[in-house]
Amino acid sequence: MLGLSDADLTAFAITLKLAAISTLLLLVLSAPLAWWLAHTHRRSKVLVEALVAMPLVMPPTVMGFYLLMLFGPRGWIGGFLESIGLPHLAFTFTGLVVGSMFFSLPFVVQPLQNAFAATGLRVLEVANTLRASPLDRFCSVILPLSRRGLVTAGVLSFAHTLGEFGMILLIGGNIPGATQVASIAIYDHVETMDYDAAHGLSLVLVCSSFLLLLVVFALNRRFKVVGAV
Amino acid sequence: MTLQLDFSVRRRGFSLDARLELPGKGVTALFGRSGSGKTTLLRCIAGLHRERHGRLVFRGETWQDAERFVPTYQRPLGYVFQEASLFPHLRVLQNLEYGFRRVPPGQRRIGLADVISLLKLEDLLERYPEQISGGQRQRVALGRALLTSPRLLLMDEPLASLDAASKEEILPFLESLRDRLDLPILYVSHSIEEVMRLADHLVLLENGSVIAQGQLQALLTARELPFVRTENSSTVLDARVACLDAGDGLTELEVEGQPLLITRQPVSAGRIVRVRIMARDVGLALEPPTATSFLNCLKVTLLDCQPGLVPSQLLVRLRIGGQVLLSRVSRRSAEHLALHPGQSLHALVKGVALS
Repeated sequence: MLGLSDADLTAFAITLKLAAISTLLLLVLSAPLAWWLAHTHRRSKVLVEALVAMPLVMPPTVMGFYLLMLFGPRGWIGGFLESIGLPHLAFTFTGLVVGSMFFSLPFVVQPLQNAFAATGLRVLEVANTLRASPLDRFCSVILPLSRRGLVTAGVLSFAHTLGEFGMILLIGGNIPGATQVASIAIYDHVETMDYDAAHGLSLVLVCSSFLLLLVVFALNRRFKVVGAV
Repeated sequence: MTLQLDFSVRRRGFSLDARLELPGKGVTALFGRSGSGKTTLLRCIAGLHRERHGRLVFRGETWQDAERFVPTYQRPLGYVFQEASLFPHLRVLQNLEYGFRRVPPGQRRIGLADVISLLKLEDLLERYPEQISGGQRQRVALGRALLTSPRLLLMDEPLASLDAASKEEILPFLESLRDRLDLPILYVSHSIEEVMRLADHLVLLENGSVIAQGQLQALLTARELPFVRTENSSTVLDARVACLDAGDGLTELEVEGQPLLITRQPVSAGRIVRVRIMARDVGLALEPPTATSFLNCLKVTLLDCQPGLVPSQLLVRLRIGGQVLLSRVSRRSAEHLALHPGQSLHALVKGVALS
């Protein structure tokens, strides 16, 4: 297919796996944070918002460098993991997942925060008076009312991870079959003047990104028509 | 007494102290200006606002005390908010079914079809909330609350955000609700008109304190309360429909054994209705006048007189059977008639509104 080598296919598969896992985890874990940001009146909100937005303005290599320091055997996180008998995170797929989650945090938190703020607390109070338990309220009111925000957050995070380069190179190294993702494989091909291979993999990334966005816009259009707000 | 409550709420710039025992039937209005704490009190009763120092017992069941707090969704109550707050992603029918489906079938006392016909929602079922008017939305919200088969219905100014026409659209439904369902209703309002039409019992709140509570007529005519010192001071009388068609487009009512004629109304004979009579529409005479345009002349006994809104006026309280009527007369007339407590008089009544 498109003249992709096995190594290229592996790199592409790792990319998809990384994007899928980090996006799913991020959606689940950052939802409470987004909820808090959407409804709190505390002054510390500004500080948290600024911290969450940091990955938007920081060079990926800077983030990657600090994360590598933290994840390695002598870093706080890596050191702690080794002290309890777990492997450290530098140059591992798990490390990439954690790094990607930091990297994509604002892309998930901001759409969710907006969606939660737009939903408001009143509909939840109404559901509360209509015999809906907290979990029930989450599933029957919050999820459907913020689905556009959820889809947007998921897609932004997924697409952002697909294109990640500098940070992954720093904390993942470039280990084929483990931490070599598509964007790094393309870089390798260009480095070795193998432009045909670079073309093939690049085209796959372009097409998959476009398809993804197409699905999102179609879904959002449908929500707009059906979920009359 | 079915609802016993004791709440004290302290917040910056606001405090509420309410210790009440409320009747288990009819409409109880929580009345007061905005900021008087009536909505906060209602939210405490619903459990939407969790106050640490509170006690709430409904029909022998403790909903809140020092150890216990029953969350809102486990309390058998219905709540109608000021704005209808329908779920925007659900059609009208799905909104109605939301609470209904969450009540175990054995505990459902009100059916979907009943509510749809009571509130005339047949034509709206397939629409989304944004496609119907404000009055229609509030009707749906009311139906949605009723469909949880509540044992207590809480309403937080359900008409306040509606225009006059939409209000008139909803009020008859609230009245038939009061008359047809055996459901105690707590009704928050700052509109004395709504209160006079709907309430049986009144709780008067001011700056977070209960300043009076009791039967509606007793409070409307109480000397120490502000109601008797307003331009529109009125009383409400319970009357029985004696004759629907008394000729000349009139309906005859009976108040404490005496006839009272009103403009013909679509009510059924034998029914107990409530009429509102403004103090300024009641005149006094020592003898029944023979030639006058007043249709109604009621035999009353004078209870007392007190200063009116302006120095030239007096407000007179009159007893008719077990009920109280108000009359506003000039000081000069009072002297002329030598008004004194215990005096037998004839009250000439001009305007009578059915409420």
